[in-house]
Amino acid sequence: MSIYIRSSACISPQNTFGNDNFLNDVVEYTGTRFKAIEPDYKEFVDAKSLRRMSHMIKMGVAAAIKCLKNGHTEMPGAIITGTALGCLEDTITFLTRIIEQDEELLPPTAFIQSTHNTVAAQIALMLKCHQYNNTFVHKGISFESALLDAMMLLKEKEADNILVGGADEMTDASFAILSRLGLYKRWPVSNLNLYSAKSKGTVGGEGVAFFLLTDKPSENNLAELTAIRTIYKPANLEDIEKRVIQFLGEHSLNINDIDLVITGKSGDMAHDDIYEQLNQSLFIRSNLANYKHLSGEYPTSMAFALWLASNIIKNETVPETVIERQVKKIAPKRILIYNHYQKIYHSLILVSAI
Amino acid sequence: MSSTVYIAGLGVISAIGNNVAEHLEAFEHEEAGMGDISMLDTIYRKKLPVAEVKLDNGHLAAITTLPADTSRTALLSLVAAKEALNDAAIPALDTLRTGFVSANTVGGMDRSEHFFIDFAKDDSKGKLRNVYDHECGCITELVADQLGIKDFLTTISTACSSSANAIFYAARLIKNDVLDVVIAGGTDALTKFTLNGFNTLMILDDEFCKPFDEHREGLNLGEGAGYLVLVSEKVAKILNKKPYCRLSGYNNSNDAYHQTASSPDGTGSYLAMKGALEKSGLNASDIDYINLHGTGTPNNDSAEGTAVKRIFDPNYPPMSSTKSFTGHTLGASGGIEAVFSVLAIKHGIIYPNLRFETRMSDLPFEPEKRFLKGQNINNVMSNSFGFGGNCTSLIFSGVSK
Repeated sequence: MSIYIRSSACISPQNTFGNDNFLNDVVEYTGTRFKAIEPDYKEFVDAKSLRRMSHMIKMGVAAAIKCLKNGHTEMPGAIITGTALGCLEDTITFLTRIIEQDEELLPPTAFIQSTHNTVAAQIALMLKCHQYNNTFVHKGISFESALLDAMMLLKEKEADNILVGGADEMTDASFAILSRLGLYKRWPVSNLNLYSAKSKGTVGGEGVAFFLLTDKPSENNLAELTAIRTIYKPANLEDIEKRVIQFLGEHSLNINDIDLVITGKSGDMAHDDIYEQLNQSLFIRSNLANYKHLSGEYPTSMAFALWLASNIIKNETVPETVIERQVKKIAPKRILIYNHYQKIYHSLILVSAI
Repeated sequence: MSSTVYIAGLGVISAIGNNVAEHLEAFEHEEAGMGDISMLDTIYRKKLPVAEVKLDNGHLAAITTLPADTSRTALLSLVAAKEALNDAAIPALDTLRTGFVSANTVGGMDRSEHFFIDFAKDDSKGKLRNVYDHECGCITELVADQLGIKDFLTTISTACSSSANAIFYAARLIKNDVLDVVIAGGTDALTKFTLNGFNTLMILDDEFCKPFDEHREGLNLGEGAGYLVLVSEKVAKILNKKPYCRLSGYNNSNDAYHQTASSPDGTGSYLAMKGALEKSGLNASDIDYINLHGTGTPNNDSAEGTAVKRIFDPNYPPMSSTKSFTGHTLGASGGIEAVFSVLAIKHGIIYPNLRFETRMSDLPFEPEKRFLKGQNINNVMSNSFGFGGNCTSLIFSGVSK
């Protein structure tokens, strides 16, 4: 059985939403925090609801509705989201008020909207969708867990037209905390030179990408979602290589069958060494691409990478800005995405032309 | 592909006990776990009763050998998950594909609350160690590392149905041949964040809660963790003992009515119960006991009661809300109550719905008030409904003798 990506929609720090111009007008950032470019939400949500919604909920709902529209589908068969940090803005608002107001006279709205399942719930509420609804919250594989859920539902014939997405927001507080934890670069760098900076730390990002998955073939589908795999704390580089080879082998493929490898290189010396080594070993003859200079680093950035991969396949072109090493000019038919989050969670997604 | 998923191990900690045996004893003696707040530093001490686990973090750390400044959510999780894994005693576990699917809603919020006291004044302040494990996924990761599980781990958070969905997802990972063994359930610790959150919604009872009673006034928050060990058919055959039962049915539906309130006709709960029955191939009349979601809020019990009526009228099986013992343990409740559901089958028992006095005026049934032993219980339905309209029902069924 094959699983297809019928449509997608992505809100990111680049012009990825409602724009036919596929990453030709790259937005330059010189700081270490990339903020999502917000669309006009009024097209998706009524003004009254908009006022109550946090940044995260607005992005989530708009991307979900747009994805359904792109797939000419009114009602999804299931709604599944992945988010590592959930609705941070509302969480921090409520937490700060508890402290500042000494637990008294607290308004409930921030608490109500702080639960991790709020985005999936708000989409269900707007659509009056009573179907399967789930939310995964596991650090760097939150989106991958959601994707696996969606793929299993399709294989079980439990649902079709499954809306699945990854969403995370960056707030001032989370940026301050993650900076103190040493995640980001200490000096500004242009995202256009992110990978040549050779310093510790990456750049923070945020965003939402939704996908509509189906088992029905159609020439309008973007791509086939062939397989997904997550690996927790691999022993060493050889272990990673072995598991990548095994993963491809399960689909009767080897690395030479892969037209493009998209890696999660983040500009952080301490984390990019894995990619650098693979690029000189297993991926030595592969065409290579990167994406985190566009999206920034965040736990569900694989959703951005999947959006990129499926649109590369559909458009039969690799945007200039993502190319790291192009061995031969091609319209990729098979793309392998490999990302690791903090060297702990490693993910592989295989996307193929339909 | 395994078509049947068996339950091979149980572990639980809540306000009424630190393991399975203590829970059975508390149920038989009808000892509820609510009392005054003793651990949280809050203005609601002596005002709002809660159901605290009776061990402080120092004790939990000693039992689990985790550092005492670990999030209480992880400490509780490890106690129950370890009990479940030891109970299952699966031979040659290291040769099997094993996963940990755990749910929670608060993550490391109990530590983050300390961090934010200083951070809120000056964002260069606050001890980073206290915020490091803030994410829900951190809790699962900490516990998986202690259990030595590497093949697969993930975390689910769908408010109060979280750990029912974890069990549901775990079963499907086995059915889809991704894993052979999964420890699944959930954990949540009491925090000021949730206490204040539920208090702003005005759904906390300042007395001990009275689920499904006409004069119920709200819920009592609780804390704890509950896990099942789910195994494939292949693994069930190599166990040294008979599995407890099967997970025969499950369904996840959304109420799609309101972010925090349930629809008056209980659409989501109705669809979840009906879907779980269909999945199991059972009729409503086959259900021998319902472990109700039964939070004790006017809204939940009315919606759930209406949905139960739509499905079971006129023949109602015995049912009760064990939240009258444990309080509402939020993200842990589906896991804790799944353990109780399995124990009901194993021991032929039905739990009393404490403090029930008056039947709800719009319902033609009432919950069981007594502790019943020696019952023939083969099929148990467990309900877990949450904010965001997330409704999940599970059905556990006995294995043929």
